[in-house]
Amino acid sequence: MPDYETFEHDVLVIGAGGAGLRAAIEASAAAVRVGLVCKSLLGKAHTVMAEGGIAAALANVDERDNWKVHFADTMRGGQYVNQWRMAELHAKEAPDRVRELEAWGAVFDRTKDGRILQRHFGGHKYPRLAHVGDRTGLEMIRTLQDHGVHRGIDVYMEHTILSLLKDGDRVVGAFGYERERGRFKIFRAKAVVLATGGIGRAYKITSNSWEYTGDGHTLAYDAGADLIDMEFVQFHPTGMVWPPSVMGILVTEGVRGEGGILKNKEGRRFMFDAIPENYRTQTADNEEEGWRYCQGAKDARRPPELLTRDHVSRCIVREIKEGRGSPHGGVYLDISWIKQKLPNAAEHIKRKLPSMYHQFKQLADIDITEQPMEVGPTTHYIMGGVHVDPDTQMSRVPGLFAAGECAAGINGANRLGGNSLSDLLVFGKRAGEFAAKFAKENSLGKIGPPQAEQIESAAREALAPFERSSSESPYQVQKDLQDTMQDLVGIVRNESEMREALGKIDDFKRRAENAAASGNREYNPGWHTALDLKNLLAVSEAITRAALERKESRGAQFRDDYPDKDEQFAKVNTMISKTEDGSMQIRLEPLPEMPDYLKQIIEEMK
Amino acid sequence: MKAVFKIWRGDAKGGEFRDYTTEVAEGMVVLDAIHDIQRTQAPDLACRWNCKAGKCGSCSAEVNGMPKLMCMTRLSELPLEKPVTVEPMKAFPVLKDLVTDVSWNFRVKKKIKPFKPRHPDAPDGTWRMQQEDIDRVQEFRKCIECFLCQDVCHVLRDHQMHERFIGPRFLIHVAALEMHPLDTEDRTEELRNKQGIGYCNITKCCTNVCPESIQITDNGIIPLKERVVDDFYDPFGWVWKGFKKLLNR
Repeated sequence: MPDYETFEHDVLVIGAGGAGLRAAIEASAAAVRVGLVCKSLLGKAHTVMAEGGIAAALANVDERDNWKVHFADTMRGGQYVNQWRMAELHAKEAPDRVRELEAWGAVFDRTKDGRILQRHFGGHKYPRLAHVGDRTGLEMIRTLQDHGVHRGIDVYMEHTILSLLKDGDRVVGAFGYERERGRFKIFRAKAVVLATGGIGRAYKITSNSWEYTGDGHTLAYDAGADLIDMEFVQFHPTGMVWPPSVMGILVTEGVRGEGGILKNKEGRRFMFDAIPENYRTQTADNEEEGWRYCQGAKDARRPPELLTRDHVSRCIVREIKEGRGSPHGGVYLDISWIKQKLPNAAEHIKRKLPSMYHQFKQLADIDITEQPMEVGPTTHYIMGGVHVDPDTQMSRVPGLFAAGECAAGINGANRLGGNSLSDLLVFGKRAGEFAAKFAKENSLGKIGPPQAEQIESAAREALAPFERSSSESPYQVQKDLQDTMQDLVGIVRNESEMREALGKIDDFKRRAENAAASGNREYNPGWHTALDLKNLLAVSEAITRAALERKESRGAQFRDDYPDKDEQFAKVNTMISKTEDGSMQIRLEPLPEMPDYLKQIIEEMK
Repeated sequence: MKAVFKIWRGDAKGGEFRDYTTEVAEGMVVLDAIHDIQRTQAPDLACRWNCKAGKCGSCSAEVNGMPKLMCMTRLSELPLEKPVTVEPMKAFPVLKDLVTDVSWNFRVKKKIKPFKPRHPDAPDGTWRMQQEDIDRVQEFRKCIECFLCQDVCHVLRDHQMHERFIGPRFLIHVAALEMHPLDTEDRTEELRNKQGIGYCNITKCCTNVCPESIQITDNGIIPLKERVVDDFYDPFGWVWKGFKKLLNR
């Protein structure tokens, strides 16, 4: 075996956001030895940025809510290309996962009778999001972290995995490096759970941090798993647009849940102008009704600002393109108007949206209790990812599991706000449970000569940037890729632009293979950026190929050369895998047949 | 407009300030300048960051001598006619450039007794709490673990008493557990004997640097000090504590 420091675990979890932590906790509860690898420090993963809340049909605020309504809402939001079984399990199990967080010390905002308070969010019929002001993700990750550290989990902070090790078909471990000294490490494991989050760094305007380079997607793809639904990238409608340095930072949907409205420069609430047919009966047809809905009136329907994110983003893009945008290329999001309705509006806003108040005050000199915000779409989330079994979260590679954003299926063509945090909990738990089961049923895999060769080749590849004398900067390649994806594979797509993007991605691959790192291996961000390029390029190619293959507009995918939905594509998912020769293969797979009892629920809720 | 940044470069063995000049645009924060310098002049300049919105607490450093989150420190607030100094936190050992070894904090937290809830209030296994009873705990739970309060605390920074004092961050963590309406654990003995609450002489330096504006001293540490006094020096306190233990049994 190569002479690198080696660790042994039953279950190795890669990624320590909500899904990774929840998986690690569950696996440790099954009394197996668990290792948890995180790219940053523990507790800093992107879950910490989630603002609005966790969607779960607790029915604390509206007793009409239940798992069936949540299921139907999730499927409608995903335009019915979701994996029905995941949407079903998610809707059924989310309430227990939220209550469990309370038992572990989370302190959610309360109803008047002392239960967990729930708020309105886009696409959810009833107030469904358990929340803590606008910092729900922080509450969730800290609760999981503080609970997890007392469970004997070995945490490897600031470690990055470069490749998964395989013995035949099966995954037997992972190989990576630690940031501090740049040393390589081998992690042997009976089962591996990927929980690495998203791909936001492939785009210029994004709410995601440096970490989100599609690591889990690429590790799984390289190891032989399928990627599904990669064309569906969620552009959150409200990111900051000014000043330039904060462009893309998220403005929570909770602003609209609390009554915030979208206006163009003419002062018009343009969201009333284009309400999609499948939401018409659920949407308010006047401003007063929308406000009453936000105030909890049960006979009122949701304001059009709370339509699904794909739709709201497209409406914003339309306003900007047609010259009705705000001065800095966005539209206005106004919560301050509620002072016409509420006596203590300023205090109310600060209590309900404290970090939004703080963020705008400090970064943009805007007092959101007095002035409207300027917002525009920002790359936020990928619905696509590793194709997994809905019940166990195992990919088609034995011993390789995935959960959270890097796995896929529950969201279909568009994710509802709040369904991500619940997804992390529900499927993080399932991945941990079944990974532990797999570990108990299998022995530690072999690390023999073939694996040693794989490790040595990964190590050589990783060190190559130091050997190169080129002037190619990894930062520049990353930036050029981000510009390309933003311009050519963004919110509005078409065939010729995406073909052009594929050509450019090929060029970037060559440039990435030539990108150089200076300095030494100790905590060297230039080197790390060079290593992350491979993953960013793989997911960028996957997104583009899948988006080309889906010749229609559905959910988050909008093509101006195929602007309508196509019945043919309503029955399929795109599926991507790696061929023997290393090229990317794409195919269309029929959706699994939905059982009658679920079809009936969808029919009843229409 | 251009500005000069004096950035500390080095590792545990030593280092020095180096000057970097970079273009300043409207709305920029210190972290943007660091990123520009990384991209164009010093690709191996080490710094931590994640959310860039004051929510994750990764990019802590000392800017012109003040403990700050680099992502929330706007250049327009700084006198740019002089060089801006950026250096790593001083209460922790340097790893490289602006990155320090904060692992001590994670070890400290692991030793604090975890949350232990009372029996559920309702037959369905859930609890009831009033919002007004959790406002204080929610204030403490806003903490993003940037460790700036630890950095500025003289007990840690100047006296390096990391083995005997857990610092403001973890006193607030204990306060959040102790004041949690559902918690039944008792942590005053450790507070006094192991966690060194007595070393805090309430100078409020921690409160002043908290980016989340948590009233660390007034709302957290002082009430904890009072609990310790009640439990250990007040005879009525002993009786009350014994009674509480019986109730929770």
